[in-house]
Amino acid sequence: MTATPVETTTVTPAQEAAHEPSTSGDAWAGFRGGLWRDTVDVRDFVQQNYTPYEGDASFLTGPTERTTKVWRKLLGMFPTERERGIYDVDTRTPSRIDAFAPGYIDRRLDIIVGLQTDAPLKRAIMPNGGWRMVESALNAYGYDADPAVREIYTKLRKTHNDGVFDAYTPEIRACRSSGIITGLPDAYGRGRIIGDYRRVALYGVDRLIVAKRADKSAVEVLWPSAQVIQEREEIAEQIRALEELKAMALTYGHDISGPARTGREAVQWLYFAYLAAVKEQNGAAMSIGRIDAFLDIYLQRDIEAGLLTESEAQELIDDFVIKLRIVRFLRTPEYNELYSGDPTWVTWSMGGIGADGRPLVTRTTFRALNTLYNLGPGPEPNLTVFWSPRLPEAFKTYAAQVAIDTSALQFESDDLMRPRFGDDTAIACCVSAMAVGKQMQFFGARVNVAKALLYAINGGRDEKSGETVVEGLEPITDEYLDYDSVLVAYDAMLGWLAKTYVHALNVIHYMHDKYAYERLEMALHDRAVLRTMACGIAGLSVAVDSLSAIKHARVKVIRDETGLAVDYVVEGDYPAYGNNDDRADALARWIVHEFMEKVRRHPTYRDAVHTQSVLTITSNVVYGKKTGNTPDGRRAGTPFAPGANPMNGRDEHGYIASALSVAKLPYDDAEDGISLTNTITPDALGRTPEERVANLSGVLDGFMASGGFHMNVNVLDRATLQDAMEHPEKYPQLTIRVSGYAVNFVRLTREQQLDVINRTFHGSL
Amino acid sequence: MTPFLPTAPALPTPAGGPVLAAATPAAAATRRPVVGSVHSWDLSTGVDGPGTRFVTFLSGCPLTCLYCHNPDTWRMRDGKRTTADEIVAEAAEYTRFIKAAGGGTTVSGGEPLLQPVFTGELLHRFKHELGLHTALDTSGFLGVRATDVLLRDTDLVLLDIKSWDRVTYREVTGRPLRPTLDFAHRLADLGKEVHVRFVLVPGLTDAPANIEGVAAFAASLGNVTRVDVLPFHKLGEAKWQRLGRPFALHDTPCPTPEQTALARNIFAAHGLYAV
Repeated sequence: MTATPVETTTVTPAQEAAHEPSTSGDAWAGFRGGLWRDTVDVRDFVQQNYTPYEGDASFLTGPTERTTKVWRKLLGMFPTERERGIYDVDTRTPSRIDAFAPGYIDRRLDIIVGLQTDAPLKRAIMPNGGWRMVESALNAYGYDADPAVREIYTKLRKTHNDGVFDAYTPEIRACRSSGIITGLPDAYGRGRIIGDYRRVALYGVDRLIVAKRADKSAVEVLWPSAQVIQEREEIAEQIRALEELKAMALTYGHDISGPARTGREAVQWLYFAYLAAVKEQNGAAMSIGRIDAFLDIYLQRDIEAGLLTESEAQELIDDFVIKLRIVRFLRTPEYNELYSGDPTWVTWSMGGIGADGRPLVTRTTFRALNTLYNLGPGPEPNLTVFWSPRLPEAFKTYAAQVAIDTSALQFESDDLMRPRFGDDTAIACCVSAMAVGKQMQFFGARVNVAKALLYAINGGRDEKSGETVVEGLEPITDEYLDYDSVLVAYDAMLGWLAKTYVHALNVIHYMHDKYAYERLEMALHDRAVLRTMACGIAGLSVAVDSLSAIKHARVKVIRDETGLAVDYVVEGDYPAYGNNDDRADALARWIVHEFMEKVRRHPTYRDAVHTQSVLTITSNVVYGKKTGNTPDGRRAGTPFAPGANPMNGRDEHGYIASALSVAKLPYDDAEDGISLTNTITPDALGRTPEERVANLSGVLDGFMASGGFHMNVNVLDRATLQDAMEHPEKYPQLTIRVSGYAVNFVRLTREQQLDVINRTFHGSL
Repeated sequence: MTPFLPTAPALPTPAGGPVLAAATPAAAATRRPVVGSVHSWDLSTGVDGPGTRFVTFLSGCPLTCLYCHNPDTWRMRDGKRTTADEIVAEAAEYTRFIKAAGGGTTVSGGEPLLQPVFTGELLHRFKHELGLHTALDTSGFLGVRATDVLLRDTDLVLLDIKSWDRVTYREVTGRPLRPTLDFAHRLADLGKEVHVRFVLVPGLTDAPANIEGVAAFAASLGNVTRVDVLPFHKLGEAKWQRLGRPFALHDTPCPTPEQTALARNIFAAHGLYAV
């Protein structure tokens, strides 16, 4: 990798002594001992010290005047931000952990301090990912790039984007422009790494540096293969990043060399660690991890000692969340089309059951959910409840209530994740699970399996341009599609696609490690990290229904003068995906399994373990635009259903039958996650508020018991959304969930808004 | 809603092939496969009885309510000939979900008691084969057709008492009120749990005395644990148009929240739990 060169890496004894952990005794007073004192093991600390809470929400407090004042100041800035696209940007300073003078929302009022730049909502440029993107983003918002910075990143410092395109093949480029593979992180930060930010609070930075030096020593005695050399350099960079983190905190008046001593410090130290990550990197998803039980330990200790009131504890969480809500990245218009609404995926994973059977629900879990009332609904942080039927009833009730009131929660199956990843798992982005500090993902966006079917029928020719994108495939020339022939052709096409896809991802992640390494985030990981190659598929429902139509009905092909199949006429009915009908659902399972198997055949960069997700976020709209008419009857340009959802309108027996179709998809072949979005009207859950809460809780129990993995829950009226489309100013905080994340509705493009509204609204009569 | 069903292949039948012996004496007595005319089935939550329920909508109804939102269920001949095996097999796919979520099954329509043997068979098998809570959604007009065996297999009756005033009742439904009241008494004598449903239509059913009558009657029975006051809506109007039938209530307004609250209060004043 190329990074800022430094003078020396040898450590003098004096320096070593300076990094000796000072008596952590005071900071850890009252904490029950264990492994965590001797080695970096946050999970052990949490398990030994947290207090499960099985009571209800009645202890919660509202926002203080201070909180409301600070939040209102920001609310006043959001309309301008929405109008202009961004509020402001610093065009001169390539962002670094220790760049920028300290910034405050309100210096007198901020309790938890720290901003990405020197002013709230002011964005920064992060050229390591790519210079063209920075320039195009600045221009899109009416700013000019700084010539001196341009000079550096075009002549002196190579970027990730440069590197990737040096190593891409013509096939990969053809796939990108045709839209059969889209959204690859070759022009934006890959994200999907969750630093264990808790470590900074628990141990202080110095202790972490000592641990990393020990790691470095361990690698120094190994023979220098390329991998070993890479690892040594990475550890050196990680240590540097930790030093920069300390320096940054110092500019805000905080010495974080030692452990946090109070609840306020725990929140502040943890936030500083996260802040350093989002100053260094603009990954698509910058998730924050599983942090509430951890923070609760400190807050609970303070409360029991009479040092903190409930209201003050809530205020700390409120202020922390305010910071998380204003994380911002500068993005290109293309990026915004793919992932609209300015998402950052500050995914906060909470709840779940520990390995010993105790629920990991604490008072701070409640406090975190309570921020949706204290500050109003909001898409960030991306609050994610690890749901299990075994969770305490009172928590289930509260979470269901919050989901109905705010539509800002998503639920994931703790019972599916815990056996695979352990009880210190967190979600990156929307649905992608991993053990915190021990695992990282090589994010791979997704391929278009619906378009792949069209390519199979057209022998590798694109149905819109007529160009041959894939050589060596025979087109199907039948007038009526024959299921068996289509399946053989599709299988071959998926094989080609899987190979090209893994190829592209290997290039991307090699270059990202080289030119845009996530130093700080990886500094907060163990030395031995499991890496996954996180592939993905989009358009599953379209592909499934197309195959089902070909199999169970009759599909006539309409060709143009060159013989290219450009349209399809479906004669008769076919069972559609989304009706809990195995004739269609089995096809969905087949596609997921088959593609995963094909991906697994190809060696990965750094031997990453192959995984995949069925997740699109808002890119379902872009993918739909790039795909022509499909054999299920779908018209060209129509958005795909998001994630693993059935196509709009094809689920005919209600959202539960629909969800059960999705629950059949094999998580073993989609460990990067399976995304389901349900938008329902309140009366689809029952006739009274109490019933709705109980019924939603029941639906989640039923869904997870049936093998379901994930559910976004939007409980909204069509009329509300239509009104919000026409009068966004009335709904500045209207939050809905799209595949995998919550988004501020009025920040979506009109097209996406219409898609959300048209998406199957499961109402009741 | 017409379910997506292929025209050629039949719906899957449970392992074991052809129709098993009938489960209820009434069905066995017909010495024929247990078949009914079915409009559709659905999974619904909170609106066809408590919790999440597998709801079977049978075709055919003796009433012709002015506000009906499913007029496409009126004629039995418009339904699909379906065996009890097929319905039970479908419901079986949801048993795990329903047991985890809380809920059960509901036989509705149309008017299920227009097909009492079929309905009885379904209720029996839902209850005893699948172990699920059972509910019957009926206007009570054909209450005499419900055998004691059928009612024994029914945990909950959702009883539509559409009006108290006899003239209004006939105007709304085209039929007399009396059989419904008799059925209600019978259920009370059996101690069967009943949820009463009342559709509030401004200008048609909203006369205070009309509501008062239903409330007083329901309260007198002792087995009514809930009253659903359902505000009139017009979401079904398109179906009337498709059937070429004039929708008489086209110009009737939907009740305001205040009007609905007032109606609920009348029931509540009689000590009933009204939502």
